[in-house]
Amino acid sequence: MNQIQIKNLSKNYLDVKALKKININIAEGSLFGILGPNGAGKTTLLRTLATLISPDEGTIKINNIDVIKEPRKIRELIGYVAQEIALDKILTGRELLDFQADLYHIDQSNKLERIELLINQLDMQNWIDRKCGTYSGGMKRRIDLAAGLLHLPKVLILDEPTVGLDIESRNIIWGLLHDLKKDGMTIILSSHYLDEIDKLADTVVIINDGKIIDQGNPTQLKSKFGGDRIILKVREFSDSLESEKVKKILEKIDGISQIVINASQGYSLNFIADRDKDLITKLKVELAFSKFKIFSLSQSQPSLDDVYLQATGKTLQDAEIYMTGKRDLKKESKQSMR
Amino acid sequence: MEITKNNFIFLYQETAALTKRLFIQLKRRPSTFFAGILQPIIWLFLFGALFANAPKDFLPGVDSYGNFLGAGLIVFTAFSGALNSGLPLMFDREFGFLNRLLVAPLASRLSIVLSSFFYITILSFVQSLAIMFISFLLGYGFPNFYGLGIVFATLILLVLFVTSISLCLAFVLPGHIELIALIFVVNLPLLFASTALAPISFMPSWLGWIASFNPLTFAIEPIRIAYSANFNLDLIAFNAPYGDLTCRNCISLLFLLTILSLVIIRPLLNKKLT
Ligand SMILES: Nc1ncnc2c1ncn2[C@@H]1O[C@H](COP(=O)(O)OP(=O)(O)OP(=O)(O)O)[C@@H](O)[C@H]1O
Ligand SMILES: [Mg+2]
Repeated sequence: MNQIQIKNLSKNYLDVKALKKININIAEGSLFGILGPNGAGKTTLLRTLATLISPDEGTIKINNIDVIKEPRKIRELIGYVAQEIALDKILTGRELLDFQADLYHIDQSNKLERIELLINQLDMQNWIDRKCGTYSGGMKRRIDLAAGLLHLPKVLILDEPTVGLDIESRNIIWGLLHDLKKDGMTIILSSHYLDEIDKLADTVVIINDGKIIDQGNPTQLKSKFGGDRIILKVREFSDSLESEKVKKILEKIDGISQIVINASQGYSLNFIADRDKDLITKLKVELAFSKFKIFSLSQSQPSLDDVYLQATGKTLQDAEIYMTGKRDLKKESKQSMR
Repeated sequence: MEITKNNFIFLYQETAALTKRLFIQLKRRPSTFFAGILQPIIWLFLFGALFANAPKDFLPGVDSYGNFLGAGLIVFTAFSGALNSGLPLMFDREFGFLNRLLVAPLASRLSIVLSSFFYITILSFVQSLAIMFISFLLGYGFPNFYGLGIVFATLILLVLFVTSISLCLAFVLPGHIELIALIFVVNLPLLFASTALAPISFMPSWLGWIASFNPLTFAIEPIRIAYSANFNLDLIAFNAPYGDLTCRNCISLLFLLTILSLVIIRPLLNKKLT
């Protein structure tokens, strides 16, 4: 049963098309991962789900309630933990939780109990009575997550909850998400970390430039490749002409498929090779025949990054670097002010 | 918002939480609060001294300039506080804390506005009382019980009026720099263009006209008269170029302005808060 239905969702910011006709269904009790580089539209999607942005087109339903028409009902159902953590520096962690509990109308008798429980679950006893202004990044993340969980939401929405965290905080958060999922909470989580999504998510969508590139469960997506991922370079820094020539050669070899030239990594060739002992030897012979040397050749299990590369011709990391240069972050934060 | 018993309790709970937060902030960062009391008292001293040797009947109806000044300073304090009330909201917007409020299932987002009203009203009451008490110690008198009621009623109206404008600006202006700049530009000129420092009879006619349309004047004059022993609402508060205004007139005008500002900002707040 799909608890969340997103249909044809589009959102533009002036000249930027942040979401382009997104369709997603999310099953109740699942952990749903959203993977994509900087600027892919993850935050925009999650903010729309959280009733903070109204879309230009499309509908979202959670438990059959329309997010746009009945935002207040939706707000009761969801917990939203934003990408930028906004705490009140002057309040202590405990005061912040108390404040948040009142905003969610938790009654006085449950309030203290919930707060205590979360303090223990997220291991915050030692610093919960210090002012939020003194917290480290990991502490801020944890208190923010606790705030999102106070009212026991049916759906928890997390925008890059572990970005930049130390191992300890990360493990605590992963552990808690695992437990919450076991208790039946639906969790939606965006991330740039492939390993995070790989480890936690039942289902993942990969989005890029406002569009869904692929979706499914992580193992499924990876097994689409049915072979090993190989990265080949004929020179340390090749050029497109040379790589195209090599590509032509590779295309003729049986058992090699899905060849992509990765311009940002010295025009290396990325492809999938069947698990066949002789294939690499065959490859070497063919290349030598056409007078190409092998500068490097690496072989690995396919990862989600390969799914991404296959769809876009860029690795997740490169897409990231590319987008970072293009965005005017100051302007965006001004515009997302309400 | 549907009006149900639950919603009413929720509205109370969230407004109380928001107000409490403002007071915790005040308690841990009290400097602006004390500055708000200190500034008018310094003025009281300095301006009192400035006119110490003025002729006895230099001002009609009062014995000294300090006597005259008290009402203006009380109003100025409340006014400044209310004018600044948009700042915390602006910072919440800028730091994204407002999002925390906007994703919460608030019974009504009016609670964000209400909490600011409560906070500023209480704050300016306390500050005004402090100023009144000190000016009493300086020998400038104290209103009787009825007068005190009028002082607070007038202050509430002024605070509501100015706070609603300030909150509105906090949503409209791009950032706190702009808000502070605007407060800076508006604050003192409005004081000087009112009857806080001098009666209308001292002013050139153009300024007299301005002063007698200035909402601060509508608040200052009833409070000034509230200090006199035989206060009643139908006493003439001041002689505007367009005719004499009684205290009742002044307070009614202030009331009207407040209602008007609330009506005008409502659609804007609705738009920004849904
Ligand atoms: N307020 C805004 N005004 C204008 N453009 C915006 C605004 N917010 C986002 N964008 C643009 O919309 C696109 C999607 O941005 P979004 O923040 O949703 O990406 P993201 O996937 O969350 O990225 P990140 O991983 O960096 O958080 C980007 O091109 C971005 O520049
Ligand atoms: Mg984001």
